[in-house]
This record gives sequence, structure tokens and C-alpha cells, in this order.
Amino acid sequence: MGFFDKLKNIVNKEDKSKEKYDKGLEKTRKEFSDKLNSLNKKYKKVNSEYFEELEEILIMADIGVNTVMSFMDRLVTRAKNEKIDDPEMLKELIVDELFIIYVNDEILVNKINYNENGPTVILFVGVNGVGKTTSIAKLAKREKDLGKKVMLVAGDTFRAGAIEQLNLWGEKIGVKVVKGEENSDPSSVIYKALQEANEESYDVVLIDTAGRLQNKVNLMKELEKINKVIGNLVPNAPSDTLLVIDATTGQNGISQAKKFKEITNITGIVLTKLDGTAKGGIVLAIKEEVNIPVKYIGLGEKMDDIQVFDIEKYIYGLFKEMV
Amino acid sequence: MFENLSDRLESAMHKIKGYATITEDNISDVLREVRLALLEADVNYKVVKEFTNNVKEKALGEEVRKSLKPSEVFLKILKDELLSLLGTDKVSIETSKNPTILMLIGLQGSGKTTTIGKLGNFLRKKYNKKPLFVACDVYRPAAIDQLKTIGKSLNIPVYEEGLKNPNDIVRNSIDYAKENNLDYILIDTAGRLHIDENLMNELESLKNEFNPHEILLVLDSMIGQDAINVIEGFNEKLPLTGTILTKLDGDTRGGVALSARHLTNVPIKFIGTSEKLDGLEEFDPKRMVDRILGMGDILSLVEKVESVIDEDEVENTYKKMKNGKFDLEDFLVQFKQIKKMGSIESLLKLLPGAKKMGLNNINIDPKDIARIEAMILSMTTEERRNPAIIKANRKIRIAKGSGRTVQDVNKLLTQFEQSKKMMKMFNNGSFKLPF
Repeated sequence: MGFFDKLKNIVNKEDKSKEKYDKGLEKTRKEFSDKLNSLNKKYKKVNSEYFEELEEILIMADIGVNTVMSFMDRLVTRAKNEKIDDPEMLKELIVDELFIIYVNDEILVNKINYNENGPTVILFVGVNGVGKTTSIAKLAKREKDLGKKVMLVAGDTFRAGAIEQLNLWGEKIGVKVVKGEENSDPSSVIYKALQEANEESYDVVLIDTAGRLQNKVNLMKELEKINKVIGNLVPNAPSDTLLVIDATTGQNGISQAKKFKEITNITGIVLTKLDGTAKGGIVLAIKEEVNIPVKYIGLGEKMDDIQVFDIEKYIYGLFKEMV
Repeated sequence: MFENLSDRLESAMHKIKGYATITEDNISDVLREVRLALLEADVNYKVVKEFTNNVKEKALGEEVRKSLKPSEVFLKILKDELLSLLGTDKVSIETSKNPTILMLIGLQGSGKTTTIGKLGNFLRKKYNKKPLFVACDVYRPAAIDQLKTIGKSLNIPVYEEGLKNPNDIVRNSIDYAKENNLDYILIDTAGRLHIDENLMNELESLKNEFNPHEILLVLDSMIGQDAINVIEGFNEKLPLTGTILTKLDGDTRGGVALSARHLTNVPIKFIGTSEKLDGLEEFDPKRMVDRILGMGDILSLVEKVESVIDEDEVENTYKKMKNGKFDLEDFLVQFKQIKKMGSIESLLKLLPGAKKMGLNNINIDPKDIARIEAMILSMTTEERRNPAIIKANRKIRIAKGSGRTVQDVNKLLTQFEQSKKMMKMFNNGSFKLPF
């Protein structure tokens, strides 16, 4: 069964989280599938102008220039080989191929890698302003609701007000926040926190870090040190290192993924702010070029607006009106 | 900033160097490179299309002037076209009103609060203004604390009333400014989506009541193709007087700079170039084009240097440089001044030809400067003035004194010799621009 048919099944199935996707991606989808639909109305037959316009739509979704170029090559070849010149038929191929880029025959696991012999430590990293602290708060709420004993660690000792921001979230959700002085060494705060997490047997420890641009050598070194400290106190930790990426990010997202992956073992991406008009297509390129999957997406400002990423539902969210 | 874009454009330009004339055939290859370079920099798709079409038309239409090589013609066309995208002239910020009211708006996480701090600092330094920060981000937890911390470190007052209605806050802040003789009001607002009706109405209500002289949209320079929706979305509700591009000190290719002005006619007024509170530059299209085309930006470098450096020291160093008497003491002074200017990487990138000299990929750890400082301080005055006398025994002593190795000392001495050589090149004019 092709992915397009699967998509049809999703459309017909009742599912609460599907509605979240549906609503969150409403603005995102509108432009994207409107454009595709009107493209299909405009052309009776698939030709080179059709492909050029399709390329435009995909690039406008920030899917990534290289990814789009190779995608277009494959699509043109497939259309030729399978003798498809009806835009309606090609639509199925497009959805199929997009899905293939992301999944690439792998079995994707989106669960948190819970640690069975101690606290599950999750480190959050990313450039400035992507929404690390807010994502941590949302995830903390999620874990707490699952009955876990959750600790937040204010490892962003650099940005003015960051510690206070996490602290306020902690109070709101009702979870412990370990913090140090502003401008102190983040590693020392993390050390203190993990000692406490070990002694008081916390289940989940979520560590916030300062936003850092991926080309700043000394800040990336600091991240290396943080990783070492975590590994020394909790064997095999962090269980997950999540790179937070803003959905409005363009091609720079690929550089972010590459550079952060060089320093830390990034296990997944949190894609934030998908409730705007941005398509977040860069995650397809990141998956293809750097092979990091998306684990969570942020679809709004409310506490429970975080969802486990589901590529099927994401593509469904983009193409719903076309099916 | 823009290095990657420059690289790609340069490789396109390199292709054309081999051609005797520009023809429809050979230019399509080059244009493909240009197109990819711009798309990879997140320049808006439509702008890219228009841009490459214009360049093509001009390149083919250009009369073959015998004195100019095709690569020179092509470079000039690129330069003109880039300039027409960016808007030819610098657009300054309003400073004449008393009080001048400025409002910063933007998406979440674009860098509004940090930028407010930088703007206040800039206005005070350049225009002698007495700024007041007004905290109207009443949604994000601790946003007010962040602004207060920034205000404290700059010694600029912050007006806040906690989580009240923004209109009330601004109204009272204007009275406060008048009472306290403050003449520039900078309003920090909450980050919001341009499609969030409630929050956009809130901004409109601020605009309607106070008619800010400047409404600036803060944009993260890493933004992708959604940029146009964001700018238009905000501009529809509030007439923007300009944009500020932040985080250009990352490795972003900053294509939004090329689309923003062209598609919306809203000028770019400032760019954020470091996390420090003096990391804000006025946007100048001409200089930006030079930077994009890898020609360096000496003027920005000079300005940056002027803003932090002790002139007497510079004068002194310059004289010594000219007379070839530059020694390790001056070297240390230079390092210390550079330290004040922020990251060395960002400075090197402003130098013309930096790429050719391999300076563009240098990564400098601030701790290296401390190490160099320690080594130089472990030398005797005589050694600093006349490094030639530093031989094996002295090296060992210096290494021990500074907790480094002899290799480190050697490295330092080589670096010093290299800078000396470079200065000579500057002086005798053998230092060439890349084009």
C-alpha cells in the first residue's frame, strides 16, 4: 500500500491527536495545499512548467534546496517511467516521495529512551530564541501527568532572566527546579542537580541550556563539558539530547543540526512554533542530510500544545485537503 | 555573516573568468550557481527568479567593452542588482522628537528584548539620547526580569508595572519619561504570531493611542521562506518603519536581507552582530553588498574600532607600525583592544581578502587571548621590545612562568612575526583587493 492510501485511512480515522495536528497546522497547510491544488487545476498535463512551479512550492516550504532538487529529479524520472502526465495522479507520487525522504525504510522510534537504572536525563540544546525553555516546561508537564517525578535544571545561566523564566514554569507545573547564580558555570548547576536527582530518585531530569549559535567555538566547548559532567554522574546519560529548532528556520537548520551533532549525540529534534504560517519543511532536509528525526513538535502556546511527532500525521496535516 | 553566500557567488564568478565573452550558453551555467547560492541563503524564491532574470538580461545586453573582462562586467552587474534589492541608501532612525517613541515587535524568540538593550546603548552613544525602556511583554514568564537585568547592566532606567495592560503601562511611562527628563522611549512588546488576532489587536491599540515614531520589526536572520508572510502579516496591521535583523553573527546566509526590502519596501535599519550589548550596527546597503561579494567592509571595521579603542594608543601603535618598530608590547595592547571589540572572527571577516588569506575559517577561543597575555607578561621588558633575543633558555623560562609549553611560546612568536609581515604589506601597498 502506498503512503497516499495510508493517508486516506488517517483522514477517515477518529483520533484526538490528529485534531491537534489538524488545528495546529491549519495555517501552515492552507498556503501549501492551496498552492498545490491550484497548480493541479492550472495544468491539465504535467510538463516542465508544472515541475518548475512545484519546485517553487516545495522551496517556499523550506524543504531544503538540495533535498528539493534531488526530489524533483526522482519525481521527474518516476513520472516518465510510470508514464504519468495527469497532475491528479502525480499528486500521489509527490506525497509518496516526500514520505520516502523522511522514512527512508527505517523504523522510527519517537519514544523517550527511559533509563531503567536511574534518572532519565534529557538535555535541551539549540540556538537562541527557538523556545528551549518553553518546550522543557511543556514536556515536564507531560511527564508529570504520566506520573513521573520530574526535575528541571536551569542550565541557562547566561541569558538575563532565563533562570527566573524556568523557575516560574516550575512553580506553575509544580515540579522541582534546581538553579544556580546568573553567570555561574552551567556545569556546576547541573552537577548539583544530578547529585540530588540520584539521591532523591527522580525519574526524569530535563536540563535547559543557554542558546548558542553553532559557530561559536567556546560555547560549543561548554556544551562538551556539560555532556561530560552528565555522563560522570549518571552512566549512559543523557538518555536523549534534543535539538530545539524553530519552524520558521530556513536552510540554516541544516547547519544547526550538523554542528550540534558534531559536539553532542543529538537523538532528536523538537520543532517549535508550527502554529504559525511556517511549514517547518527543513526537518525533511535535516532527516535526509543529517539523519536526525523529529521527536516532538510545538503547536501552540498552551502547556499541552506539545505532541509526539508523527510523520504520517504531519504530512496528513499538510495535504489533508488534497486527499 | 554571508560567508557562505559569498563563497557560492565567488565560485560562480570563478567560472566566468575563463570566458572571453558572455553568451547565452555560457551564462546559464553561472546563473544556475547564482540561483542555488541565493536559494540556499533563503532568499525568497520569487526574488531569486527576478534577480537571475535581470542579471541575465543585463549581462547579455551589455556591450562588450574592450577594456573590461566578462568577469568584471558580471561582477558589476551583480553588485548593481544586489544593491537595488537592498535599497540604495541607508535609512536612519528617528531621533528628533522629544520624546521619541519607538516600539519593537516580532515573533517569539527573534531577539526583541536583547535588541532593545542594544538600541538604548546605541542611541545613548551615538545621539546622546537619554533612553527609557518600557516593559510591555506581559506574557512570557520573566521577560520583565530580563529587561530589568539588561537595563541595570547598561544603567538605563526601566519602566514596568508588572502584568498590567500595555496601553496603561505606556501611558504612564511617557509621564515618567517627562518627569525624569528622558527623551527616547523604547517599548518592548511580547513575541507573537502575525496571525494571532488578539495579540495583533493589542499592538494596534498601542499604535492608535501613541503613534510611535518608529515601529521596528525584529527578524531572526535564520528565518526561511516564511519571512515574507511574517513581514507582510505585521506590516498589514501596523505600518512598519523598518526591520532589524538579528543573530547575523551565526553562520546564517541571511538571505532575508535580500528579500525583505525588495518585497515589502520596508527598509532594514539595523543588524545584530553579537550577543554583547554593543553588537548592533546600522544597516548600510552599499557596505552589505561589498560584504556579500567578499570585498570586505573596511568602513564597518573602522567604525567598530573607533567605538571602543583608545585613540592615543592607536596613534602610538600606528606610528610604530609605520616605522617597523612594532613590538610584543604593542601586540599585547592590540590583543586587549580587539578583545574589547568582541569576537576576532567577526572582525577578520570584515577585512577585504580575508578569505583568500584563509582568515575566514579561523576560530579563536577567547581563552587563547588570555594565554597569549600570560606569555607576554612573563617576558622581560627587553624581550618584549626586542623579541629577536628570545632563544631557547628564555623560551623555557617564559613557558614556565606562564604555565605554557615552549611550543606555545614558539607559536606566539610566529604569530607575532606574521602580523608584522602583514603590517608591512599594508604599508607598502602590496595588499590587494580580491577583485
